[in-house]
Amino acid sequence: MMSNITDLKLVELVDKIKKKELSSSEVTVAFIERSKKSKKLNAYISENYENAIKKAKIFDQKPDFKKKLPGIPIAVKDLFCTKNIRTTAGSKILENFVPTYESTVTQNILDEGGIIIGKLNCDEFAMGSSNETSYFGNVQNPVSENLVPGGSSGGSSSAIAAKLTPATIGTDTGGSIRQPASFTGTVGLKPTYGSCSRYGIVAFASSLDQAGPMTHDVKDCSLMLEIISTYDTKDSTSVDFKRENYLTNLNENIKGKKIGIPKEYRVDGMPKEIDELWEKGIKIIKENGGQIIEISLPNTNYALPTYYIVAPAEASSNLARYDGVKYGFRSKGENLIDMYEKTRSEGFGDEVKRRIMIGTYVLSSGYYDAYYLKAQKVRRLIKNDFDEAYKKVDAILTPSTPSSAFKIGEKLNDPVSMYLNDIFTVPINLAGLPAISIPAGHDKKGYPLGLQVIGKAFDEQSILNIAFALEKNISFKNNITDWWIK
Amino acid sequence: MTIDLKTVKHISKLSRISIDDNKAKKLGKDLNSIFSFIEKLNELDTKNTEPLTSIAETTLKLRKDEIKSENIREDILKNSPDKNKDFFVVPKVIE
Repeated sequence: MMSNITDLKLVELVDKIKKKELSSSEVTVAFIERSKKSKKLNAYISENYENAIKKAKIFDQKPDFKKKLPGIPIAVKDLFCTKNIRTTAGSKILENFVPTYESTVTQNILDEGGIIIGKLNCDEFAMGSSNETSYFGNVQNPVSENLVPGGSSGGSSSAIAAKLTPATIGTDTGGSIRQPASFTGTVGLKPTYGSCSRYGIVAFASSLDQAGPMTHDVKDCSLMLEIISTYDTKDSTSVDFKRENYLTNLNENIKGKKIGIPKEYRVDGMPKEIDELWEKGIKIIKENGGQIIEISLPNTNYALPTYYIVAPAEASSNLARYDGVKYGFRSKGENLIDMYEKTRSEGFGDEVKRRIMIGTYVLSSGYYDAYYLKAQKVRRLIKNDFDEAYKKVDAILTPSTPSSAFKIGEKLNDPVSMYLNDIFTVPINLAGLPAISIPAGHDKKGYPLGLQVIGKAFDEQSILNIAFALEKNISFKNNITDWWIK
Repeated sequence: MTIDLKTVKHISKLSRISIDDNKAKKLGKDLNSIFSFIEKLNELDTKNTEPLTSIAETTLKLRKDEIKSENIREDILKNSPDKNKDFFVVPKVIE
């Protein structure tokens, strides 16, 4: 019985708890036991097991079945501030930071009856595409040993694929939910900018960051989005729009939907399997009454260079607060400046330092116009491309990534090749749009590959429905063997 | 464009991150490869394009000036770097 619980999906678990077939304690203990056996994956940074079991017992004594997550255990990316639970952002500089307040997104989970069982590994300050920049070490992809789980939400993708948590949340600044979802054969959604509150999320690039669900399937994803997407006055960029009951409204009818295929996403050197996967997606949409329309997003090639100006610039500014003065790690220095410089040199890892320096440079006197202002202008062109496309189509279908997961260490010494991972996901953040990645097949190595559905701003329901139709027709099976459990 | 060692050192100073010569050399190499990739943007004519500063085209809302969280003194003091029950103690940062 115990081993079966973790095989259940989120919506199934909610249903069983509501029908009193399972208790919150049984479910919570099952996921914790499996997490304990899965230390080899290194998915967790902090565990909250004892406390979670206590909370589950309290829930069972007085269960409230009207909640959307009735006593459901959930592990979250360690970028969300959780009251009285250490929050590190994968960095040495925050190694001992214990927030005294709760992020809005995790508060929403708690308010619906969810129980936090732990904090999941991620690239340091969410800067990375392979979880290799974390101060707390590499994370294993449950698909195969020594394979990266993607990043930056790598602990989250590993934990959901390995069934250590029935659902999780990550954050996505340039692909950090969708790329790891694609690498692990799971579902990941980046909502429209302004849909989920950024309050209490350790900031990386504020004009791009969004929280979003990572789950086993589209149904679970819809439920999680319903819970975490709320209007919040504590985030000045939170948007007060009418949020749907995404799960109730979920349906696979895509008749008459116009789906755009951007020709610029056919990049040189892309593996044949990814092209075939894309064709498979196109075929399914046609067979289900959707209409395929060729579109052009002419500035696609400029998205990545734009991102690598805008994101580091915002990061250099956001990370200025880590100076060793008020909280976090502090190094000893001969004087104040020396203390700042040593604290930041010892407290940050190489990738974070690299990005702070890129950001500082592009914002510095004499270079601001040539780099930062230029990038903001190109960002406008990229957004205009999508605006034009959406005059003709309801949504856009592309691959999620240009390759499947790679080996740990393989791309560590070549930052540009690492950055190219995000070529299909970055434009969406720049334009602030919603996009979902769903597992759609395997390459010849047996590693999962994903398809991405991009929507109009605030039209999460349409991309969930299209993804739901694709999911039903693809019937993807993740062939994970539990190799890490002896 | 190339970023020389002197520039790397200057950026590290501005970033308040100390680096030794070896690191600076390696970083210089990385920055050069990243910036040669960024230079691609110069292919585009953006003379008549307005910069996009924020994707959320909302105007900032005003709220009432009222206290929302009370009695959080103890909570705040929990993160004070020096243990002192009454004050948030930090190193001297102004002369």
